[in-house]
Amino acid sequence: MTRELLSRIAETLYWIGRYVERADDIARLLDVALRRALAGEEDGTAVFAILGHKGAGPQTAETMVGRLAYDATDPGSISGCVRAARENARGVREIISSETWECLNVTWNELPAMRAAAERLGPHHYLRYVRERSAMFFGLADGTMSRDDGWRFIVLGRSLERADMTSRLLAVYHASVSGPPSPASPTWRLLLEACGADESFTRTHRGDRSKVLEFLLLDRLFPRSVMHALATAEQCLAELAPHHGRAGMADAARAAIGRVRMTLEYADTASLPEQLPGLLAALQEAGEAATLAITDRFFQHTAPAGWVRGGSSWAGV
Amino acid sequence: MADIFDSYALADAWDEMFERPGVPRPAYQGLFAALQPLGADELRYRADQLARVFTDRGVTFDYAGEERPFPLDLIPRVLDAAEWDLIARAVRQRVRTLEAFLDDVYGTRQVFHDGVVPWRLLHSSPHFHRAADGIPARVRVHIAGIDIIRDENGDFRVLEDNVRTPSGVSYVLENRLAMSRTLPALFAEQRVRPVDEYPGRLLGALRKAAPDHVTDPTVVVLTPGVYNAAYFEHALLARLMGVELVEGRDLVCENNRVYMVTTHGKRPVHVIYRRVDDEYLDPLHFRWDSTLGCPGLLNSARSGNVTIANAVGNGVADDKLIYTYVPDLMKYYLGEEPLIANVESYRLEDPDTLEWALGNLGALVLKPVDGAGGKGIVIGPRAPEETLASLAEAVRADPRGWVAQRPVALSTSPSLIGDRPRPRHIDLRPFAVNDGDDVWLLPGGLTRVALPEGELVVNSSQGGGSKDTWVLPDEPARPGPAPALAGAAPPAHWEPSRSAAWDAEQQ
Repeated sequence: MTRELLSRIAETLYWIGRYVERADDIARLLDVALRRALAGEEDGTAVFAILGHKGAGPQTAETMVGRLAYDATDPGSISGCVRAARENARGVREIISSETWECLNVTWNELPAMRAAAERLGPHHYLRYVRERSAMFFGLADGTMSRDDGWRFIVLGRSLERADMTSRLLAVYHASVSGPPSPASPTWRLLLEACGADESFTRTHRGDRSKVLEFLLLDRLFPRSVMHALATAEQCLAELAPHHGRAGMADAARAAIGRVRMTLEYADTASLPEQLPGLLAALQEAGEAATLAITDRFFQHTAPAGWVRGGSSWAGV
Repeated sequence: MADIFDSYALADAWDEMFERPGVPRPAYQGLFAALQPLGADELRYRADQLARVFTDRGVTFDYAGEERPFPLDLIPRVLDAAEWDLIARAVRQRVRTLEAFLDDVYGTRQVFHDGVVPWRLLHSSPHFHRAADGIPARVRVHIAGIDIIRDENGDFRVLEDNVRTPSGVSYVLENRLAMSRTLPALFAEQRVRPVDEYPGRLLGALRKAAPDHVTDPTVVVLTPGVYNAAYFEHALLARLMGVELVEGRDLVCENNRVYMVTTHGKRPVHVIYRRVDDEYLDPLHFRWDSTLGCPGLLNSARSGNVTIANAVGNGVADDKLIYTYVPDLMKYYLGEEPLIANVESYRLEDPDTLEWALGNLGALVLKPVDGAGGKGIVIGPRAPEETLASLAEAVRADPRGWVAQRPVALSTSPSLIGDRPRPRHIDLRPFAVNDGDDVWLLPGGLTRVALPEGELVVNSSQGGGSKDTWVLPDEPARPGPAPALAGAAPPAHWEPSRSAAWDAEQQ
């Protein structure tokens, strides 16, 4: 029997999943961008656009790393995400296993030392650490948490964040993965590396670069593909609130995700590059709709009461 | 290399470990033998490791908006079986007395009719809540922390009672865990009474306190939130008991029943172990602007649908002026003499005593009667002139608000400062859990240590640390290896198939 979760805790777990995944994704993204910058192909504009920092002009590698990795006051930076995940975890210590809490706590405590080391050894050192720790967190969660609603909210947050980030990544770099082959540009390979998909892709498609888009978007087996993330999110939602109606779908979040997954499921792989802008827009829209619906359905804690001193409603009390 | 205790100089107080320089007391001989050969480097290294365990686990308290690790000293404090027996009996006696007193205060108030305690003390107590009058309760003090010190002659004294929301038990549990990881050898050589029974006992007592009509009660821990100084403890207790840790905003009251808001709607709550002060608990009755509690809690408790632990209004019993009456109350309710005496205290309401105290402020300790956490305490012999002058004014303006005590040089215990043990003052807070039939004591309790030299206030908010507290069992310590655990060796038919596979791989 699974136990109900407090709404506040469900929301916190969901956001821990999102923040840890986001820290991981930004680290991956930044790694790609920095290596592109070395090749003179990247000035940071694209990366900032992916992460939703509007109107950021060209950046040097140092300012890019400074803002996107080290600046803990910026909630959109790696260290900001680690901090948020850790603060959230601190609020639900009695729910998550102590190993997972310790993992986030130690990660946050070690970041300054990692930054100092990265300033000598290069940012890769820092980015690699963040990726390892996020893998460790999800590994520990996987190994130590019961498969109850708490676990599902963490996985749900992670999956939605992952689908979102992978599609953003494709949105910005799709020219270099779908355009005519330009052997000088290593971006498509870097993209695969950023998603940890390098080996898996090579084994599946033998390095046929026309399949990169298909792999990151539609592959049913690769865990960082958009398709896989959506399927996982849908599964979580189905388990969180089973729907027993004979027709239709009462759960708005599941409906939004299910519809866009179906579009991807039966997409024509041959004309994928042409459809991409439309698919990505639909993905963004579905992600937003799902987030709203989840908040609405599960995270409705009561707002703190606002008291009016001497108000007439007090007369009866 | 010199042994670590060789340069240990006793301070001008009772030393817990040494009878005289170089000669440890009997209870400490095992510990002394284990620690003495360790070099200063070794000791320092272990201390750093210990601090690291705490930082990683997030064993912190919030001080001035900042999370700080609670310093744990490497050298444990040891109580032998006889000492512990005395403390345990004295605390039980004290808890039963305060329980009876509170039942009276919020019931018939016979003790005041009989003139044992003057009425004005009740009416002037800031923690006497009329709103709590007549709320049914089998138990009011579910959890108590009675602070005990040892004076210059080695006698125990009760320093103060805490029957509102005594904190610190989490450090007892974490200290033991950290110590057994860092210095496992110490525990192999002598048996120490374990502390891990606490969460089970606490949950048992809380469940037993549930309203009568509930067969399978839901217990929750109510915390003010992550910014509270003791948040770590609230989360730990909830985790160890396997119950929800709720904040005020997770609760709603409807028709005098309390619910928590979950992802599957509202679920009833029957017992609230609250770590929120009375004043913030229910904006309908107390501070109207509090968002830490939940409106309607008190009415639900009055209707008998929820139990609040500890009960609302307990502060009237740990008022430091009531403290001076506890020996009288003991005689009145139990017909017993205190097993452990109070520190000599003076009530300032009597004009002659007041004048005498004002003339001797420099030789007394003055405490605000409703203070907690060491706030506002003035230690006369150490206070500068200006402090004494403003103190005199404050006391003259509100004699009911203060109590005077003889300054006691708290006993000292060797504590690692830098890389050497030095004498530092300590106290003891044993924790008692009262389930209505029995008052159970966690063996040991929290030993707090004042880390600055000569400092007498041990609270964590005043730069205090803590020590693992050992209670030795009744029989003499048994040197030598512990008996082998049954079943530690694999049974004969066990086939280590996986390691066989690895062997094959390595070839």
